[in-house]
Amino acid sequence: MAMASRLWASKAASFLKISTFNRAFASVVKDLKYADSHEWAKIEGKCATIGITDHAQDHLGDVVYVELPEIGTDVTQGSGFGAVESVKATSDINSPVSGKVVEINEELSSSPGLVNGSPYENGWIIKVEMSNTDEVKSLMDCDQYSKFCEEEDNH
Amino acid sequence: MATRKVGLPLMNVISMKGVPILQQLEIEECLLRTSSDNWCIINDGTNKPNIVMGISGKPSELVEIKPVIEDKIPVIRRFTGGGTVIVDDGTIFVSFICNKDSVPDVQPYPRPIMSWSSLLYSKVFHGIADFKLRENDYVFGVRKFGGNAQSITKNRWIHHTSFLWDYKTRNMSYLKVPKRAPDYRLARDHLDFICPMKDYLSRSDFIDKTIEAARSHFSLASSDPPSNFEFTPTSKLLTKQELEAALIKTH
Repeated sequence: MAMASRLWASKAASFLKISTFNRAFASVVKDLKYADSHEWAKIEGKCATIGITDHAQDHLGDVVYVELPEIGTDVTQGSGFGAVESVKATSDINSPVSGKVVEINEELSSSPGLVNGSPYENGWIIKVEMSNTDEVKSLMDCDQYSKFCEEEDNH
Repeated sequence: MATRKVGLPLMNVISMKGVPILQQLEIEECLLRTSSDNWCIINDGTNKPNIVMGISGKPSELVEIKPVIEDKIPVIRRFTGGGTVIVDDGTIFVSFICNKDSVPDVQPYPRPIMSWSSLLYSKVFHGIADFKLRENDYVFGVRKFGGNAQSITKNRWIHHTSFLWDYKTRNMSYLKVPKRAPDYRLARDHLDFICPMKDYLSRSDFIDKTIEAARSHFSLASSDPPSNFEFTPTSKLLTKQELEAALIKTH
């Protein structure tokens, strides 16, 4: 199945004169937690800082707009709270944890490219006061997430 | 149309004609967010001229606001990304809404979805025209005849296209040349950049061939559009006040 996918993709790439293969081994950060929808969470007590991973930003392309929630909005684990626009697409951003938005990264309004250039630091998107810290147990660590990305890209 | 090929995922086909573009967008967003089926929506022309911007579109940058207000041209901000179009009865809309698991060889990201769509349409135009996907536009040679936009959720995505089967040149004067434009545009104004599909094939042939191309990926079944859906769409018609406020920003 993987070989057939690669053959199909390379035929498409040749027809379109584009590269379909993203760079190998997008970076991960050791102490973060990761969702299977490619968001990361930095857990500090009851507070989670959330953004999208290097794998996600690499696959999405240049981010030109970030739709941010309002402070005070409730977020639910696995559900969308905002979106990024890249190429011609809006892509949902899903929260890795449930809680209430206590801070948003307003820099992203004028500099949406921070999501691409600094996905784990200056490109953070929201901070959430968590309602259930046990939810963190269902997230992946960096090794599990790296393996997950590799399997997804080889599918 | 209900031929079922064993093993192909099912896709419901909604065929419409002359439906207002805002209504089409509301149907699409509802199906994307609340349905678990695959859909192909075809709208053969919309009822009157409308300007449709992408999710982050700013009218002050994209639209000649004064004549738009004077001539009462509706301006819509849609739920998908991408650029600005002016659509009318000469525009043919084709939208694909898919579960990512129904097209497992297509990663749910903008570029793989765009590639997949271009392979589908290459079948439509095979032997008819020099069709290519150029950056993110469908072109014949170097002229754009189809604009694309997408919205991607956790498990589903929509890829929708407005095809210029025909257009009125005077309507293009409502649009500014955008700051964010593909490289191949080379600062051409609208009339030097786009071309109509009508020189290549009829509306019905295009629609028939598109459905036939979709049939190679899906088992198709006819369906009616949903009605009375409980969903709050995010595509919206800008008010006159919003347009006037944007006009002040340009001065």
